[in-house]
Amino acid sequence: MNWELMWDSVPTLLRGVPVTLQLVGLALLFGAGVAFAVALLRLYGNRVTERLMAAYVFVFRGTPLLVQIFLIYYGMGQFELVRSSVLWIYLREPFWCAILALTLNTGAYTSEILRGAILSVPQGQIEAARACGMSRTLLFRRIVMPVAIRQMLPAYGNEVILMVKASSLASTITLLEITGIARKIIAQSFAVFEVFIVAGSIYLLLNFVASRLIRYAEWRMTPYLRARG
Amino acid sequence: MLELLSFGPNGWGGQLLGGAAMTVAVSVSAFLLGLVFGSLGASAKLSRSLALTGVAEVYTTVVRGVPELLVIYLLFFGGSGAVMAVGRVFGYEGYIELNAFSIGVLAVGLISGAYSTEVIRGAVQAVPHGQIEAARACGMSRWLILRRILVPQTLRYALPGLGNVWQLTLKDTALISVTALAEIMRVSHVAAGSTRQPFLFYTTAAVLYLLLTTVSTVAFERAERYANRGVRRA
Amino acid sequence: MKKIVAALALGAIVAVAGTAAEAKDWKKIRIATEGAYAPWNATDPSGKLVGFEPDLAMELCKKMKAECEIVAQDWDGMIPAIQQGKYDAIMAAMSITDEREKVIAFAGPYGTEPSMFGTMKTSPLAKATFPGERYDLSKDDPKAAIAALADALKGKTVGVQTSTIQANFMEKLLPQVAVRTYDKLDNAGIDMAAGRVDAIFGDRSAVDAILKADAGNGMTLFGPAFARGVLGKGVGVGLRKADGDLKELFNKAIAEANQDGTITKLSTQHFGYDISIK
Repeated sequence: MNWELMWDSVPTLLRGVPVTLQLVGLALLFGAGVAFAVALLRLYGNRVTERLMAAYVFVFRGTPLLVQIFLIYYGMGQFELVRSSVLWIYLREPFWCAILALTLNTGAYTSEILRGAILSVPQGQIEAARACGMSRTLLFRRIVMPVAIRQMLPAYGNEVILMVKASSLASTITLLEITGIARKIIAQSFAVFEVFIVAGSIYLLLNFVASRLIRYAEWRMTPYLRARG
Repeated sequence: MLELLSFGPNGWGGQLLGGAAMTVAVSVSAFLLGLVFGSLGASAKLSRSLALTGVAEVYTTVVRGVPELLVIYLLFFGGSGAVMAVGRVFGYEGYIELNAFSIGVLAVGLISGAYSTEVIRGAVQAVPHGQIEAARACGMSRWLILRRILVPQTLRYALPGLGNVWQLTLKDTALISVTALAEIMRVSHVAAGSTRQPFLFYTTAAVLYLLLTTVSTVAFERAERYANRGVRRA
Repeated sequence: MKKIVAALALGAIVAVAGTAAEAKDWKKIRIATEGAYAPWNATDPSGKLVGFEPDLAMELCKKMKAECEIVAQDWDGMIPAIQQGKYDAIMAAMSITDEREKVIAFAGPYGTEPSMFGTMKTSPLAKATFPGERYDLSKDDPKAAIAALADALKGKTVGVQTSTIQANFMEKLLPQVAVRTYDKLDNAGIDMAAGRVDAIFGDRSAVDAILKADAGNGMTLFGPAFARGVLGKGVGVGLRKADGDLKELFNKAIAEANQDGTITKLSTQHFGYDISIK
């Protein structure tokens, strides 16, 4: 074990953290939007949208992310139609291809988490709200969503961690995030162990912070549980 | 273009099919190995020994917190060394070389096991304590309680979670393509590069994975129905 | 106590390193290649490793009276994996360079190829003119050609394979040009066809193979060819430093294959010309 090399690789690898955070942050943001739309279309849409959304979720949950990334990056670029479209401004860049793949992936998983959470809102609460004379949108905004979001937080926390890990696959399409930089250092130093152990520790730290943040959000959202304790 | 997928001398069909078989072989072996790790991990976590709980906690936290790709790389380049170290503990001094298949199974099994640990632990805890007390009151021995009450019930509670772990495991095997083992992903990656038809081959790979996940979803649903056959439905 | 444990652990590691490096009789040799760098090495639809190097490896093994197995290994793990003992030799169009010689040993070289750029015929790069045709970086002064390249590649992106002499060349001689590194040169070729990179840079024959496979897409070579200097001393067999005896065996076999024309024959068969070193 070459400790000096390990120590020297720390600042270089840390330079990949912003890219990793951007990938994860943007994918989670867009993914939440996708998940919200998909969950609503599945629960309240007509049969066609329901089927379509179910198919999307099925495909993206049933295939490895690596296949999705390669298909979006290398596969789409093959078509003149895609290359001459406006979308190419974004799809030309590996960064946006990675964002797209991660977004669609997390969108599919999160929509299932959200759907389950919405379905788990107790019927009694909805009835009570209706009895108070709430409109459908008000009921959804004030009762269903807050309860559902609180309900889904633990599962969503796992999804966030999965995304942090998944972002490492962006290195396979030339992006220089933490893993990409790690591979670059290894290409010059050939020290696989040292570099990947440092890189792994950085991911571990990121995930630790992420899980703490989610737990804090959970704590903030459940004041009624605290009062009892 | 479709002749590239044929089974003829210029088609990659045979390789892709072999790749699918390899993916299944690695997934099944890794999942079973993961169940072993998972059972060990869960018993360690439920034990009263602080050291055991600590080791299991470190195992699940690290393996679930580090990207799968890194775990696989680390094992690929250090797996043999680790196995030799274990071998030395048992007095074997020779050089042990792990092939790509065993490395893949070990790596994915290790990841799968970390997730199984949590599932199994939750399932064990879900078995109502009253049933164990009742069994004890009937005079059952510890072993009999384990065999007749705990394991069957745990299995029933764990099945949905294990189904998820299986899907994760199946998809994680795509990452062992870096060890050059000819599974679906590796074959499609090589074929896409050499024929310059990435869309065709990655779509084929996606379809193959979808096929595998669909079949296994159905299988797990059946298993769940079978395991719940004695449970009254509301 | 801790010190004793540390000493024991160290002893164990040394012992393992010892057993791994123990003299073998080299009746069986495992040789790694990439399988994605035609015509040097490639993978055919049946999954078999083919090309100049797998063929040459078999010929060399005949001369060494050894039984050989060719295994696939991704390029970026090629050197770490030989150090881990996953195989005994590398024949993967790997040039002998000072950086690599710090960590592994080389037998040979058994061939040499200059590096060249490739681009789309529609690109302005294809029409640009550059001074000189071929530069031996160990003796020629490439300043004029490099300046012209730097000028032509301004604002453009060049795709190279990670951890290669060409990646090193770009870093050392054309640091101002944007470079994107790929796991395989094939993928850089796919991305050039898609328009994500403007040029690719690799061994002439490998770039040429990509252009030929994509004939319909209209690609072409451009600029002068470069060799030696930062681009290394030719392609050799990568070996662990501890295996001096294997290096001798390979060197002898390569010399024989050079003399009896085996390398020339295989080279003409796969490249269409002779890449052997006379």
